[in-house]
Amino acid sequence: MSKDQFEYVLRAGDDALILGQQLGLLTGHGPVIEEDIALTNIGLDQIGQARAWLSLAGRLEHAASSELTLRDEDALTFLRDAPEFCNCLLVERPNGDFGDTIARQFLYDNYAVLWLEAMTASSNDEMAGIAAKSVKEARYHLQHSSRWVLRLGDGTTESHSRMQASLGRMWPYVNELFDVDELTTRAASEGWGVDPSKLRSAWDAGVNAVLAEATLSRPDDDFSMRGGRTGSHTEAFGFMLAEMQFLQRAYPDCNW
Amino acid sequence: MNSTLFDAYVADEKKIEPKDWMPDAYRKTLVRQISQHAHSEVVGMLPEANWISRAPSLKRKAILMAKVQDEAGHGLYLYSAAETLGVERDDLYLDLLEGKAKYSSIFNYPTQNWADIGAIGWLVDGAAIMNQVPLCKCSYGPYARAMVRVCKEESFHQRQGFQIMLVMTEGSAEQKAMAQDAMNRWWWPALMMFGPPDGDSPNSAQSMKWNIKRFSNDELRQKFVDMTVPQAELIGLTVPDADLKWNEQTGHYDFGEIDWSEFKRVIKGGGPCNVERLAACNKAWNDGAWVRQAATAYAEKKSSNATR
Ligand SMILES: [Fe+2]
Ligand SMILES: [Fe+2]
Repeated sequence: MSKDQFEYVLRAGDDALILGQQLGLLTGHGPVIEEDIALTNIGLDQIGQARAWLSLAGRLEHAASSELTLRDEDALTFLRDAPEFCNCLLVERPNGDFGDTIARQFLYDNYAVLWLEAMTASSNDEMAGIAAKSVKEARYHLQHSSRWVLRLGDGTTESHSRMQASLGRMWPYVNELFDVDELTTRAASEGWGVDPSKLRSAWDAGVNAVLAEATLSRPDDDFSMRGGRTGSHTEAFGFMLAEMQFLQRAYPDCNW
Repeated sequence: MNSTLFDAYVADEKKIEPKDWMPDAYRKTLVRQISQHAHSEVVGMLPEANWISRAPSLKRKAILMAKVQDEAGHGLYLYSAAETLGVERDDLYLDLLEGKAKYSSIFNYPTQNWADIGAIGWLVDGAAIMNQVPLCKCSYGPYARAMVRVCKEESFHQRQGFQIMLVMTEGSAEQKAMAQDAMNRWWWPALMMFGPPDGDSPNSAQSMKWNIKRFSNDELRQKFVDMTVPQAELIGLTVPDADLKWNEQTGHYDFGEIDWSEFKRVIKGGGPCNVERLAACNKAWNDGAWVRQAATAYAEKKSSNATR
């Protein structure tokens, strides 16, 4: 069971980590100082959540097979290669323009709030605890990204068409968030995890309402991209890891 | 208030507030100084942000992001303080983007290795604190109050920077070499942060009289050297100055000649990163134009709906 829990918690940790890594790239480059601060703050929250989930993941892995050395948050962040990362593909989409950043954040935040809310009822106290703390942050992130979807969607002609295009670029990565596999099935039936397919209708309702108010149309479900949860990532992902992991790889076994 | 009253007020250590009468030259000096200070906070985000994606641990990444975010906040407080003097933040910022406004020349140096993040926190934020603590008592109320908030955060930054250096000097040979390399590159630019020598600082006397400035450039520089050299010794770093030595008689460190020609060159745009820094600010501003326009258009729609 701990091995399942390790893998499950790792997904949450990797989602938060990769999104935080991406947002960190934007610091100092925002469209206006206030937004620079806000996006950095959201990125910081993601890194904070990643640390909590990844530390727990490391402990769960160690509990499952104590002959393995304990991997802490940094071992899991800096010393895994791409196939071992199991974040959803959505969070690894490039920052693109501000519309892309907001579209990615908005679609993810809607999912994160629902998933974290459900996880507060986890039978595993540690998971429930991290979820309870994180969901407050996620609600604020959702409020922030929703406001920008409204401003951009219902702002100028240019912002409307750019926001619509950004949504279209991110949309193929939505379905993966709700995919059920053996792991999520066991997690849900054992009471410590969530069946993601159960979150879909609430996600649709939340997203649709904001898109309608923003005068944006919901993109078609033409294609779905999948593979993040099983370690099959986009082309950009290897470069992101190379950058993120550089110091730990070049100078192994150091304290920083 | 009038000129005589103003002088008496300032001499009495009372605060001048935005609505008070003030000499034009006082207002101009403040606008220049506060806006340059604000620009420095904003441009100063760039060299450090350069290492966010490569921070060597998640804890360090989080600390660095929070630090750079603080600097953005400092920029905001300072632009607000400048606005109380009747100028617009966007106009000040456009002067920066067009290369018409100055900012601290230290941020035109590159961050080459991770220890640079330590050196910036320790030395650059350290020097900034030396400069800024006296400003908490500056005669202009909004500037003084902004500085109180800023200084609290700067002292965190300084400690966090020193902590990075400490850990690296206790680490592997390569880490020690990185730390020394950063020390070598940031020491002299940090000393230049206090501005030209007293004999070559034309506006200082007036600023002192107005209680905007409390200590001379050379006094503050000496304080910084006296404080920092023992810290460097403590963590086994060599200060890159062959002339540095303790002077029993004065109770201060004597130190070598600063290369003021380098200082002037970097201020004029010839530092290693001047072009990149301004280009990055301009790119962010231009790329963000449609976003700012959308926000304005949306706000106008909402307020006209509300009044309809
Ligand atoms: Fe600052
Ligand atoms: Fe600082």
